[in-house]
Amino acid sequence: MSHRIVSKKQLSEDVFTAKVEAPLVAQARRPGQFVIISLNNEYAERIPLTIAGVDLREGTISLIWQRVGKTTAELSDLQPGDEIANVAGPLGNPTELEKFGTVVCVGGGIGLAPLLPIAEALKAIGNRIISIIGARNKELLILEEEFARTSDELIITTDDGSEPLAELCQAEPKPDKVFAIGPAIMMKFCCDVTRQFDVPTEVSLNTIMIDGTGMCGGCRIEFDGKAKFVCVDGPEFDGHKVNFDLMMKRLSAYKSAEQKEHERYKDHRCKVSEIKEKE
Amino acid sequence: MTDSERRQLLHDLLQKQENGGLKPRDRYEIPPQDMPEQDPVVRAGNVNEVATGYTETHARIEALRCLGCKNAPCVNGCPVRIRIRDFVVEIAEGRYEQALSIIKENSLLPAVCGRVCPQENQCQLTCTVGKRFKDPTRAVSIGRLERFVADRDGRSESVPAVAAETGKKVAIVGSGPGGIVAAADTRRAGHEVTLFEAFHKPGGVMVYGIPEFRLPKAIVQNEIDTLAKMGVKIVCNFIVGKTRTVQQLLEEDGFDAAYIGVGAGLPNFMGIEGESLVGVYSANEYLTRANLMKAYGYGSCADTPIARSKAVAVVGGGNVAMDAARTALRLGAEKVYLVYRRTEKEMPARIEEVHHAKQEGIEFHILQSPKRILGDQNSQVTGVECLKYELGEPDDSGRRRPVAIEGSEFTIDLDTVIIAIGNKPNPLISQTMPELEITKWGTIVVNEETMATSVPGVFAGGDIVSGAATVILAMGQGRIAAAGINEYLAKKDK
Repeated sequence: MSHRIVSKKQLSEDVFTAKVEAPLVAQARRPGQFVIISLNNEYAERIPLTIAGVDLREGTISLIWQRVGKTTAELSDLQPGDEIANVAGPLGNPTELEKFGTVVCVGGGIGLAPLLPIAEALKAIGNRIISIIGARNKELLILEEEFARTSDELIITTDDGSEPLAELCQAEPKPDKVFAIGPAIMMKFCCDVTRQFDVPTEVSLNTIMIDGTGMCGGCRIEFDGKAKFVCVDGPEFDGHKVNFDLMMKRLSAYKSAEQKEHERYKDHRCKVSEIKEKE
Repeated sequence: MTDSERRQLLHDLLQKQENGGLKPRDRYEIPPQDMPEQDPVVRAGNVNEVATGYTETHARIEALRCLGCKNAPCVNGCPVRIRIRDFVVEIAEGRYEQALSIIKENSLLPAVCGRVCPQENQCQLTCTVGKRFKDPTRAVSIGRLERFVADRDGRSESVPAVAAETGKKVAIVGSGPGGIVAAADTRRAGHEVTLFEAFHKPGGVMVYGIPEFRLPKAIVQNEIDTLAKMGVKIVCNFIVGKTRTVQQLLEEDGFDAAYIGVGAGLPNFMGIEGESLVGVYSANEYLTRANLMKAYGYGSCADTPIARSKAVAVVGGGNVAMDAARTALRLGAEKVYLVYRRTEKEMPARIEEVHHAKQEGIEFHILQSPKRILGDQNSQVTGVECLKYELGEPDDSGRRRPVAIEGSEFTIDLDTVIIAIGNKPNPLISQTMPELEITKWGTIVVNEETMATSVPGVFAGGDIVSGAATVILAMGQGRIAAAGINEYLAKKDK
């Protein structure tokens, strides 16, 4: 099955989005689900990416990724017309959509991509949406317009979002539900805040994955003291029961190896472009 | 025995056979032929196949050890009833093609089964020669002989004949050994067959689980290529239950029948403290990274990383544990411990693999089991606290139950722990098929004569039916299910 990149856009310095042909995935997908992709059959790694949106007429899915390592750098170098060798999905459980009342959607960095379809779906079934969107700095903020369109109230921040969240939780009536998606540390801080005010908080976890279908446990977390697999039990969990500290340690298991690979790829790419320039 | 001595022996045996034949006594005296293999020190540094296979001389001498028993008890030990005596006799006569075609009447993957079947518990367990020596490892080496003829055929381009198109469509879910057989058999009957695989490569446990040094991936690819040449459509990255459900395949996509052969791929954990620390792997994860993703090439060609360990403990005593331990060694670990709570006698792993593991320097810690896994402030594994065990009364499996010895705790220092204590069925399909009858263990309930499930038109086989078992059993069930499907579709016509 071909997975051609139909279009591609750079959203910020290191964030890209692309529409990719994957008609079966597009048809089956619900908000909250993800795909596993790999760039070739023999030596490429498998990485999880959230499905940020679908176009059923075109049979495409939208992916948004941040250039953080070798594979996402390689992906960023692909152009419309190029193909992604493998796209498997949709994976994970869809978000449980309900009419909660007032929902605060807190998104950080690349986490805004998976948050947007959830916010849109929650809005569509009649929830009042307050969005707190943030990034490390203003340049890295993505999807601002889309969130403005979807939200009844929009708060933009450059910290982890826990401060404005605390303010909202202190107000009367307090929000009925919080969805927090972003870097692990941000989700941890948001959960620390909402726990104090007893506001139910759903997080979408982004652990290391290999197969994404439940057969290896590489993505396991400690949830309420027990092991859970993010790929089949999640990716969404009650954030108040997640052991974020352990999860962050597991996320950094291969950090130094990954950095080395990324450097090597950047070097290699520089050499390739030098050769091309000479030609 | 040197090569020239071996050739001389074969020459003498053949001459004797011409001059009045070999008596059973003569045959008992023929020394069992070991299979040539890579030196343990050399092979621990590579991922190439350990056992390099019989030469013609080896194979013919070994085949001459067969007594040609009238009742051929070996055949009853084979889950797919290969006519063993008959193919072994053909090898003794040097008629390898005939030998292979006899095997292929019953088995489609002889190059795989000759390598990975636990013959000492199957065909070789019932062999008269082994019985006489009271040792199945001294039985006629049926597996090695099967492998020998299959490997000779490796280059052949023969494609099984396919019956005229029936216009019926069959979906095979899962491309492991059972799925491959079911796909081949239903395709031979003339149906349009599509094989769906969740991973990016077909082959199931043969590509992600069993390592290259035991089963070269080229052999598996060869079988998949044969399926493709027969006209089976192979679709990867397709997760039945997620991408499409079985009902959608049957009701919307025009499939007339489906075979579920998705295996038992969900790893068991022990539920002990420290199991989510960094450096703790399920054997599935460790082997998938190493085999399917080729993580041993990380830093040179492959993108998937894997722990570069100094000291590793593998928990378990099955083939998966042996594979994980031997893989860790090949990834450069200085110390690899195999921690098993019973004794070597109860180990479910193949004797040959246990032997290979020991030769390569894996250290066996028997009658021990982890109590908890220890870590440092970075949540990195630093050791495992174990308890010592003794054997008590036999349990349901007939093996003596291990009983912990109180106060026997001790610690092994290490940086990686691999859990290989078994797998259970993946619920992805049953979750999306409420009308499918399953057991409390999550295995699918079937009619054993046809492998039909409780849902009309849906058949199942392999580990998803029997729990984690063997390649050959999965193949046997794939074959029965294919016959069930062919019969079901013939009736559906009328």
